[in-house]
Amino acid sequence: MSQPLMVSATIPGPSPAMASRWQYLDNVRRHTGPFTDPDMFDTSEAAVAQIEKMKILVIGAGGLGCEILKNLALSGFKQIHVIDMDTIDVSNLNRQFLFRQSDVGKSKAECAAKFVEKRVKGVSITPHNCKIQDKDEDFYMQFTLVICGLDSIEARRWINSTLVDLVDEENQDSLKPLIDGGTEGFKGQSRVIYPTITSCIECQLDMHAPRAAVPLCTLATIPRQPEHCIEWAHIMAWEQEKPFPKLDNDDPEHITWLYKKALARAQEFNIPGVTYSLTQGVVKNIIPAIASTNAIIAASCCNEAFKIATNTNPSLGAQENYMMYSGNDSIYTYTFKHEKKDDCPVCGNLARGLDVDPNLTLQEFIDSLAARPEAQLKKPSIRAQKTLYMQSPESLRLQTAPNLDKKIGDLVSNGDEIGVTDPSLGRVDFKYKLRFTSDFVSKDKLTTNGDAN
Amino acid sequence: MTEVITDPTPPILHGPSDKEKKYDRQLRLWAASGQQALEDAHILLLNSGSGAVGVETLKNLVLPGIGQFTIADAGVVTEADLGVNFFLDEDSLGNSRAECCVKLLQELNPDVKGHWLPLQETLTVQKVLKNDAKYTLIIYTYPIEETDLDFVQEYSIKHKVPVISVHSSGFYSYFRTYLPGNFPIVDTHPDSTATTDLRLLTPWEELSKFSSELTGDIDNLSAHEHGHLPYLVILLHFLEKWKAEHRSLPSTYKEKTAFRSLVTAGARTDNPEGGEENFDEAAAAVLKTISAPTLSSSVKAVFDYEPNELEAKSNFWIIASAVKQFYEKHKQLPLPGSVPDMKAQSTVYVRLQNIYKKKARQDVAEVLSTVRAHPGGKDVDETEVESFCKNAAFIKLIHGSEANPESIKTLTKSEAENDANAEMTMMPLSLLPIYLSLHATSHMSTASSSDILATIDQVYPDASTTPRYVEISQEVARAKGGELHNISALTGGMVAQEVIKIITKQYIPIDNTCIFDGITSRTQVLRI
Repeated sequence: MSQPLMVSATIPGPSPAMASRWQYLDNVRRHTGPFTDPDMFDTSEAAVAQIEKMKILVIGAGGLGCEILKNLALSGFKQIHVIDMDTIDVSNLNRQFLFRQSDVGKSKAECAAKFVEKRVKGVSITPHNCKIQDKDEDFYMQFTLVICGLDSIEARRWINSTLVDLVDEENQDSLKPLIDGGTEGFKGQSRVIYPTITSCIECQLDMHAPRAAVPLCTLATIPRQPEHCIEWAHIMAWEQEKPFPKLDNDDPEHITWLYKKALARAQEFNIPGVTYSLTQGVVKNIIPAIASTNAIIAASCCNEAFKIATNTNPSLGAQENYMMYSGNDSIYTYTFKHEKKDDCPVCGNLARGLDVDPNLTLQEFIDSLAARPEAQLKKPSIRAQKTLYMQSPESLRLQTAPNLDKKIGDLVSNGDEIGVTDPSLGRVDFKYKLRFTSDFVSKDKLTTNGDAN
Repeated sequence: MTEVITDPTPPILHGPSDKEKKYDRQLRLWAASGQQALEDAHILLLNSGSGAVGVETLKNLVLPGIGQFTIADAGVVTEADLGVNFFLDEDSLGNSRAECCVKLLQELNPDVKGHWLPLQETLTVQKVLKNDAKYTLIIYTYPIEETDLDFVQEYSIKHKVPVISVHSSGFYSYFRTYLPGNFPIVDTHPDSTATTDLRLLTPWEELSKFSSELTGDIDNLSAHEHGHLPYLVILLHFLEKWKAEHRSLPSTYKEKTAFRSLVTAGARTDNPEGGEENFDEAAAAVLKTISAPTLSSSVKAVFDYEPNELEAKSNFWIIASAVKQFYEKHKQLPLPGSVPDMKAQSTVYVRLQNIYKKKARQDVAEVLSTVRAHPGGKDVDETEVESFCKNAAFIKLIHGSEANPESIKTLTKSEAENDANAEMTMMPLSLLPIYLSLHATSHMSTASSSDILATIDQVYPDASTTPRYVEISQEVARAKGGELHNISALTGGMVAQEVIKIITKQYIPIDNTCIFDGITSRTQVLRI
């Protein structure tokens, strides 16, 4: 099949009727290449048609999601689902190209699905305007693979643990490859995960360490940076003054209130640099995002999805499974194999070691779990041999709340295994093995001894 | 919505403007100045072949608000176009591809103006480019006729316009940037961790005085004061102590770790925490901050470069020469003047900040006076000098590309040598064979594998007998010049990033060719 050469009108191309719509895809789908795996690749009509029967789930219809939907539709996938609970904001329009000014306030999933269906003939896109946590196992079981374009680590961990949990060794179809993309400014990464077989999101968690929180005493007494003044307004002044019943990060009036408070505090301490834009950035934890980086990362994810679905060339996954991209200084990519961790709390067989000071109270320990790069658990419930603390139901929370003030060393012993659950991260138990970092002498025991004397 | 936003602080209660709201996520990267440069730009796309990669690039430029774009294309929309190009629909069939793409791209952003030029016998590339200096940057895609290439080159040289060529086919792509002359960048956006420059080994008088004022009686400070000494004051204090003892500053790794122990030992441990956070910070900063700043190779390259007569008149080179004089006199660059956050009392920290800022301003004033003394320096803006001084350690010069047929032969050889050792060095294989194979199809996209190898043999005679070259040429032949949407979308993203970097003169563009392998998911940047 020859291609039209459209350099200038003097070179005639074949008539439009002769060229088929998917001829460029067919170049690689119907012809073996030097790198294709002969055991996997099949150029038969039935094999080529396979892609049309696959159901693909796209999580997120934002910057990456819009690109992913477009790319999948033009890669030959015909049955696509998209899930997103968000509505369209004006600040999305600089990159989420399936949305227009008149769409502001509407469901992202619905708008995106409608647009791509209309543009690309024959593709079906089913929108789900809800949270991923609203869907059950049966829902996720219907898909061949899942692609994530998310901005939250929590949602990634939820779908990761759910897909790991879904794997049933007796049923080959229960293994759903998970492809994940993420961007920040000119940088991003894409990765391919075979749940239970290769390194999962939880194995890689420490690659995305949360920003260190500023100690409250700095905010309260010794602010030095404009961010400290903004956090003070956000956390302390707002709670104290409650200017509106509930803080809405998207309400300019609320942000303006915080901005003015932060500015006044900054002036008091001679700290320059508080602006409206910075206030908004700190309060909403805004990550800079541009169309071009989303295009790169989304297309990388879809390229891997296409190769997995068609075997037209080897894909990331079993060996190299992670691509880092940076466009800040020239262009740099690093593609490597992230090793699966035996002590991964989600997909490993061993409990992950967790250093802990036994003199901390359970409450302090729980607070520290949120910030630790290897844990990042915000609302954990904790179980050892018995339940130490449950966030819900309320009756259990009340029953276990007294433990919060007890010292870790009084509740568990060095080397004990604990199970941590956090419903926002899925149904699995995160398994940790506690290693005490200092000696522990129980005050209770001292008292007991004292009593005995 | 074309007003220039100069005031970063919007009037209270009014909040940001509509434009600031829409572009919020990108203004945080390139600020109002970068945005203005984008809005003043006009991009020309000379489109050809299966036609998707250039249009995907434009999508990523229309969204952030490029001023204008023009597509020149001889194509008439076919069925095959609809399978690879998202900015066409069923109604486009049989119509000018340039026109249809412009219409659907323009929908993305009402602030952007799009134009189309359907190329034909009466409207050739030569005519499009004739005597018309309106384009800021030209992108062309392969395949392209050799004569048209000449017209593009001529335009680029005559009007000093950067050109990016893009070639995407099957699982492979590359793009190459041609910068007209040398391209200096001041606002390179280094990582914030790299920019700390505290001059602890060469403190100036005011800083030393401030430090000894705080630490003169260090052992009798209250717990609160001791625990809030800024770490850089702690380090200055112990450096003095070290100097008194050793008559030199810690310079070797061994000395520095010994110095670190000295700092750690200075912390008070008779408190409930069993230590002091500020001393922890000080110890952690030793290896990073206790070293004489060295001139980076890119700054050296700027200092060593001798600008030609025309270049020498530009603000960049006038300031660069003044900064070089400053460096020769003081053996260090102007102080950037920022102080990282550290545990300290607010008033102490603010005083410290002001000491650094004051010194930075003095350095700027000295450079400025040199600039003013230069015959062409009367009108150089002070803010430009300021920003140059602040970024002095990170300025970068990218040399323009000159055609040198010998260099590709040398490069091919050295890349082949690297590949021979790849297993031992654990380095990935060179992507240069992908560039050469695609390049061999520049004017004829359906070339066979043996055609491709025959072309490559002219620069690398071993190609036909090297398995990797043979395989890659087969993979290129397999695609028959047809694009895969994913590869073109990915490449279009990278090209758009480069266009943004070149137009805003922020961040660092590639020098000069980026090759992408969609099979192993890797890129390689080579100067070709």
